[in-house]
Amino acid sequence: MASKMYDLVIKNGRVIDPALGFGREAAVFIKDGKIARVEKASAAVSRTIDKLDDDRVIDATGHLVVPGLIDVHVHLREPGREDAETIETGCRAAAAGGFTAVCCMPNTTPRIDNQETVKFVQDRAYTADARVYVFGAITKDIAGTELAEIGDLVKMGAVAITDDGHYVQSPEIMRRALEYSKMFNIPVAQHAEDGLLSADGVMNESFQSSRLGLTGRPAAAEEIAVLRDIALCRMTGARLHIQHVSAKGTVRAIREAKKEGLPVTCEATPHHFVLTDDEIGKEFNTNLRVNPPIRTAADRDAVIKGLVDGTIDCIASDHAPHSDEEKDCEFDLAPAGMIGLETTVGLVKTHLIDRGYLDWGDAIRKMTINPASVFGLEGGTLAEGKIADITIIDPDKRWTVKAGEFRSRSKNSPFIGRRLKGRVVKTILGGRVVFDRGVRRKKGQ
Amino acid sequence: MSRLSAPHLLGLEHAPREDISRILETSDTFREVLDRTIKKLPTLRGITVLNLFYEPSTRTRISFELAEKRLSADTISFTASTSSVKKGESLRDTVQNIESMKIDMVVVRHSSPGVPYYLTQCMDANVINAGDGAHEHPTQALLDMYTIYKRYGKLDGLRVVLVGDVKHSRVIRSNIWGLKTMGASVALCGPSTLLPYEVERFGCDIYTNIDEALDGADVVNIMRIQLERQQAGMFPSQREYTNLFGINRERLKHLNRNYTIMHPGPMNRGVEITSDVADGDKSVILEQVTNGQAVRMAVLYLLSGREEGEQ
Repeated sequence: MASKMYDLVIKNGRVIDPALGFGREAAVFIKDGKIARVEKASAAVSRTIDKLDDDRVIDATGHLVVPGLIDVHVHLREPGREDAETIETGCRAAAAGGFTAVCCMPNTTPRIDNQETVKFVQDRAYTADARVYVFGAITKDIAGTELAEIGDLVKMGAVAITDDGHYVQSPEIMRRALEYSKMFNIPVAQHAEDGLLSADGVMNESFQSSRLGLTGRPAAAEEIAVLRDIALCRMTGARLHIQHVSAKGTVRAIREAKKEGLPVTCEATPHHFVLTDDEIGKEFNTNLRVNPPIRTAADRDAVIKGLVDGTIDCIASDHAPHSDEEKDCEFDLAPAGMIGLETTVGLVKTHLIDRGYLDWGDAIRKMTINPASVFGLEGGTLAEGKIADITIIDPDKRWTVKAGEFRSRSKNSPFIGRRLKGRVVKTILGGRVVFDRGVRRKKGQ
Repeated sequence: MSRLSAPHLLGLEHAPREDISRILETSDTFREVLDRTIKKLPTLRGITVLNLFYEPSTRTRISFELAEKRLSADTISFTASTSSVKKGESLRDTVQNIESMKIDMVVVRHSSPGVPYYLTQCMDANVINAGDGAHEHPTQALLDMYTIYKRYGKLDGLRVVLVGDVKHSRVIRSNIWGLKTMGASVALCGPSTLLPYEVERFGCDIYTNIDEALDGADVVNIMRIQLERQQAGMFPSQREYTNLFGINRERLKHLNRNYTIMHPGPMNRGVEITSDVADGDKSVILEQVTNGQAVRMAVLYLLSGREEGEQ
């Protein structure tokens, strides 16, 4: 083997690639920004590596080497709310959290409901620390009344459409969106919460909302929305992706739809498989205000069950930055959303893997090959010839979430102060190290 | 130092029995002062109290202002018809301004649950919750409890029925927690649309039939029903509400002989309560108003940590 063939090698790590069914100690060889090969440890491999310059070798002893993680639900806030996040800072947060690709939601100002805005985001993302895939809007201005120019959006590179933040309330419009999307073979992603039933609600409707006197958003609002869309999916045969599943009934409905063979996929967020609504009354922490809301222990357990039995395909953060000024206020007046890119891996390890619900392979699958397959994205695997997007994780690293350490421009996380286990140490994008926890950030970053 | 277990009175859900007992006992002392010719004590001289009202209120604000003045505190009142956010100034800025004015105690009313707690996180003053959204209104519940206590000499073992819009009532929530802590048996009654989700978990008996709810009860505390609930589709008409839940003379026959009629005001006469019941000899509705001052004096005094006569 001619060693100069390789630009970078990651040695001694435990390589996990669910797409290849691979899970053992191996070396990953990178050339020209692509995966050249993955070889299990041997004397020949060691000799090859020994011939390389030290700065081309990463020693991942004790660490996991996995395909670059993909987060299919991220709000980058640019254009419009650059005070809360920009494409640059959001991608820096992604890299620090181990994500080499993110899907950005279209509810920016202006909305991503036309080619120009898609192009703007793509241009801004060109030099960023993560790949940015754009979700276009389903309806013009996310107003729910007229279809956006979906053909144009797809032509410019949008990988899916969604009115995220809002449910497409009209069944007629949703029907047409599903039918129309079939021409482009893209999923229609839905924020499934009936807007009439959850109007003015600021937290889950439960004994907790009753106790606190806060207006509730019932789980039934999500269940009804999902059941309606499943019926439309059955009718149209179009691909439906349910975003941030939060309720027991929703998980059940999607499980049944999948059994029936419908083209339905879905995602769950860490806050929905970790938190419950009894947290809210403790301090009225506005960082716990999120849509759909964090719900009861029974709902959380159902989401975990859905992750375990495969009903839930993807783990996505719904990273939703809000400035301190927006969140430092009365609970019911705070905007909904919390950041998540930099805490996902720690929460997955601490709450799903360490508690025996998922093994690393299952968990990585839901953050790599599954999202890549659902949305037709590059990467998600370390197969030869694929882009060299790689994440290196220290699975045993214990750490405390600190507001001052976020790369995101915003700090609206309810997990600040939590002790977690499992942290990303290096992130490699197209063969280039874009994040290295061992190296301090350059001044001004 | 506060003479209660906490420096603030944010609600009754977590208030220990000893605190409530102390407030009720202390209220008795101040109640006596209200019958004197000169209804004033030097107890809170030199202490500045701010009444911060983000929601319109007449009786609660006046009751607090009177209580403060009768204890010789310096008082100022701030009333805003809308929340600070809508006005353009953040709640934190408002609060920090207040803190800079060297205020010792704040009485706050706000439409958002949790605002009194928020205040305790950004200022040193003692905070008294005068109603936060549909969450809690502890001094109203305390004055209701004091009124019952004065009449029966106890709370333990009494049967109290709270009637009305349970879902949106902070008065009912505070009454539930306080009464249960003091050993009373609590029943809730209202249209099922105005009973909050999983209402049974409050640990009360739940009724949608008013006659059954009143059966064998000692005290009926009747809440104002707001017209806007009907407009929001919570019940079909005021007429039907009155027919199903209105308290009239005929319905009183279900109660124990030595019964008591209460209403925290303001009343919709002819809607949730008929005038003959409101003005009847078992009604303590105006006594509640007087007792409210005594209870608020007690709360201010106990939280201030002042000795009687200390200046």
